[in-house]
Amino acid sequence: MTDARKPRSSGNWLMVYGGPLLIGALSIAGLTSALLYEGLGRYFSWLALGAPIALTAWFYVRRMRHHF
Amino acid sequence: MVHTWSSLISTLFLLLLCITGLPLIFHHEIDELLGYDPKPEIAQPGAVKRSIDEIARTALAHDPGRVLQYISWDKDEPNNVIAFTNSKVDGDPDAATLRAYDAHTAKPLGPVGGGPMLIFLKLHVDMFAGQPGKLFLGAMGFLFLVAIVSGVVLYWPFTRRLKFGTLRDKSRRIAWFDWHNLLGAVTIAWALVVGATGVINTLAEVMLGQWKANELADMVKPYAGKPPPVHLASLDTTLANAHKTAPGMNVSFVAFPGTPFTSSHHFAVFMRGDTPLTSRLLKPVLLDGETGEVSDARDLPVYLKALLVSQPLHFGDYGGMPLKIIWALLDVMTIVVIGSGLYLWIVKRRKHRSHAIAKQPSLQPAR
Repeated sequence: MTDARKPRSSGNWLMVYGGPLLIGALSIAGLTSALLYEGLGRYFSWLALGAPIALTAWFYVRRMRHHF
Repeated sequence: MVHTWSSLISTLFLLLLCITGLPLIFHHEIDELLGYDPKPEIAQPGAVKRSIDEIARTALAHDPGRVLQYISWDKDEPNNVIAFTNSKVDGDPDAATLRAYDAHTAKPLGPVGGGPMLIFLKLHVDMFAGQPGKLFLGAMGFLFLVAIVSGVVLYWPFTRRLKFGTLRDKSRRIAWFDWHNLLGAVTIAWALVVGATGVINTLAEVMLGQWKANELADMVKPYAGKPPPVHLASLDTTLANAHKTAPGMNVSFVAFPGTPFTSSHHFAVFMRGDTPLTSRLLKPVLLDGETGEVSDARDLPVYLKALLVSQPLHFGDYGGMPLKIIWALLDVMTIVVIGSGLYLWIVKRRKHRSHAIAKQPSLQPAR
């Protein structure tokens, strides 16, 4: 980000990138776990890689509920 | 700018890749359903497996005038022996015929692959344009990676005033903008991995050529100048010798002398382990084509190992059906990201044309 913008910034990088970063780290862990460990690694990968889908669904449901 | 142009150039091809990739996730299941994935008969208890030489003879009798290129063993269906025949040992891979034979009875079980899924596969891999098509799609995949990384950079100015997961519906444009950001943000790691491993896969032929020119050439140096074998060694002897050299491993496939995966003098038996990871990391054993004696066995170089490990990470076929379904859903989410990105660009351009951009400040970076 440019220096000119910085002083005025009220955005917190953790607030912006925190969520995606966590989901990203979880995804990578899921992608590797199934490759390395057959039993538990597989179950973990379903949870970890299912997280982005579940989170999206949750955001969607939350918005719908907000409306009606 | 980087985000707009890297995405725009690749959009059409990325949509093609995502859409053809969707059924390909279930390639195996669809082939099974359509009868392109024959199943072996249920073996009698204590039944003895037939000799591979016999199966090879049966395969050649089935397709007269052709030669064997490879014999492979399905990891999940070890009683399926798959014979690849072609007009010549180094024939065009697209001209190969794959047939399955029962390991216990040597009976032909039917053709393997083909059918509608082959069309999806060809569209996905090279758009029926051979190696140039494949490398072109590799370049498009690379642009996809550039678009993702530039998207991460843009994410900050556009969303730093918004809570993660905000979905507004002030206008259709803002709604799609929020979906683009949310879906892009949650699928990013998966999309980067599938994109990057896809790009690596487009370089398979290049890497194989590299291996043949260096490692393989070095291994077969003692055979330089010798004529190719006239009478091929027994496959059973050859495979037994390969097993002795790589104990505890199973045969993935054997490449006949003169095929792209070996020298003109050698059988190359590619051995695999039995965990999800080691089953991908093949170890080649080179055996004299006339005697079946082991000539050399070396691990594959790092770049080929990287290629082999990258394959499951691209296909999503290593974590059972639930992982395949997750793969499909993430693919659909990626299609929405690409589609909404295209929509946002079209709308913005239309706005630019009508000079109304100032009235729509909501999609400008937050100051």
